[in-house]
Amino acid sequence: MLFTSDDKKLRSVLHLAPEDNVVVACRDLKPGEFFEIVGHSPVKLHQRILIGHKVALCTIKKSEKIVKFGMPIGSAAEDIAPGNHVHTHNMQSDYIPTHTLESPRTGPEVL
Amino acid sequence: MDGKFLGFRRSDGRVGIRNVVVVAYLVECAHHVAREIQLPFRERDVHLIGFPGCYPNDYSQRMMHTLCTHPNVGAVLLLSLGCEGFNRFGLEQHIKKSERPVETIVIQENEGTPQSIAKGRRWVEEVIAQMPQQPDVSASLSQLVVGTICGGSDGTSGITANPAVGNAFDKLVQLGASCIFEETGELIGCENHMQGRAVDPDLGSQIQLSMAKAARYYKTLGYGSFAPGNADGGLSSVEEKSLGAYAKSGHGKIHGLLKPCDQPPQGGLYLLDVVSDGEVRFGFPNINDNAEIAELIACGSHVILFTTGRGSVVGSAISPVIKVCANPETFQQLRDDMDIDAGRIMYGQAELAEIGDEIVQKVLETAKGMHTKSESLLHQEFIMTYKSFTPIGPACLPIPQSP
Repeated sequence: MLFTSDDKKLRSVLHLAPEDNVVVACRDLKPGEFFEIVGHSPVKLHQRILIGHKVALCTIKKSEKIVKFGMPIGSAAEDIAPGNHVHTHNMQSDYIPTHTLESPRTGPEVL
Repeated sequence: MDGKFLGFRRSDGRVGIRNVVVVAYLVECAHHVAREIQLPFRERDVHLIGFPGCYPNDYSQRMMHTLCTHPNVGAVLLLSLGCEGFNRFGLEQHIKKSERPVETIVIQENEGTPQSIAKGRRWVEEVIAQMPQQPDVSASLSQLVVGTICGGSDGTSGITANPAVGNAFDKLVQLGASCIFEETGELIGCENHMQGRAVDPDLGSQIQLSMAKAARYYKTLGYGSFAPGNADGGLSSVEEKSLGAYAKSGHGKIHGLLKPCDQPPQGGLYLLDVVSDGEVRFGFPNINDNAEIAELIACGSHVILFTTGRGSVVGSAISPVIKVCANPETFQQLRDDMDIDAGRIMYGQAELAEIGDEIVQKVLETAKGMHTKSESLLHQEFIMTYKSFTPIGPACLPIPQSP
């Protein structure tokens, strides 16, 4: 289930359940880095991804469920390409809208 | 592991792991005097708690009754202004019945601030001298109540610290302890799974009702239990946060549903419903993490396992708080505040079960008297607000009370 894709032996991402269409960054990931999950095509990152944040493992169509821990955690608000950051800008809760503050860490310029 | 330690015996048969003198103000108007009394003793296990409101409220009265007779509490000093709505007579009687030393200082009847402070400090000094300093009754982990809470969650919480606490909970329940997880508003989306874990169908239905109440409450208030920092840390929705939070409960059966101040009747895993009953009033169910911690303690928790990703630094009055840090970057930043580095799981440097064992070991060390990081740093946060609950029914505790 866990996949290590880094030369430094520090794993880069976690694929938490086989049915998940996102992976979670295990450390600060840089644009240009690759990761590969068995059974899926290799994915190249186009943006910086902070630890704990999610990345699309495959193409996720608008309205499709985002699946993490094997469970739906919301729906895509737009089409999401593999390697893209999956967060409040392109997905939404199926329960209660998410409240955020504008912060330099979530602003698009550093993503 | 034999899981044995020495505790403080209480008249109700429970065992404390600390011998705290509580100084409690019964209205905000008595807060300053209470704090002035407590401050010189704050390194000697004298803790400040209180209720700010002037209007009477059954919940806050019951909270004070249970907190002042908590097994970690050895004596209580009550501070009243004199004209507030809180029933100080009922509270004092309740504490007296528990055979703890108790004194009430009414500021209006003691020549005001300076005399009340002087009298209070004298009383605390005398009571500390009288109280046993060393625990002397043999106890085991099976007698402990352990609560858990997550605060400042991020995208690592649900992967490292929360499932590690779940692992520790499974082990503690095996050893006979009572474990409590809570904040139904932060479990929205997990209701069907929790129902399936209930020891019987009626309890499962009760859990569904509590969850529906939580969802309705937060929807009316317009915000989920989700802070901007959660999003900074990579969480995108309340259900994502819920799934992560839910991992703290481990994999065992759920033995009962409690409301604040209810005591687990015997060892097992319990869900604490913290959302007020009836119409939506008094605002958010818990305005911050310490409001939840106070309720876990009111349910008898001797120790609190606090998981954090972003990095909370709080502790609590009355019961020690063990910080389990989910995020390895946060651990580096806040290492003086953190007891357990669960973020090693993120780097592949530790397995969940190892961290689970570390947590159980830390609970035992804490029960033996070793101070947690937040205790050493004198974090003694406490807060209580207005709430309203109807009593739980028999379906909530399907296992009969052990003799």
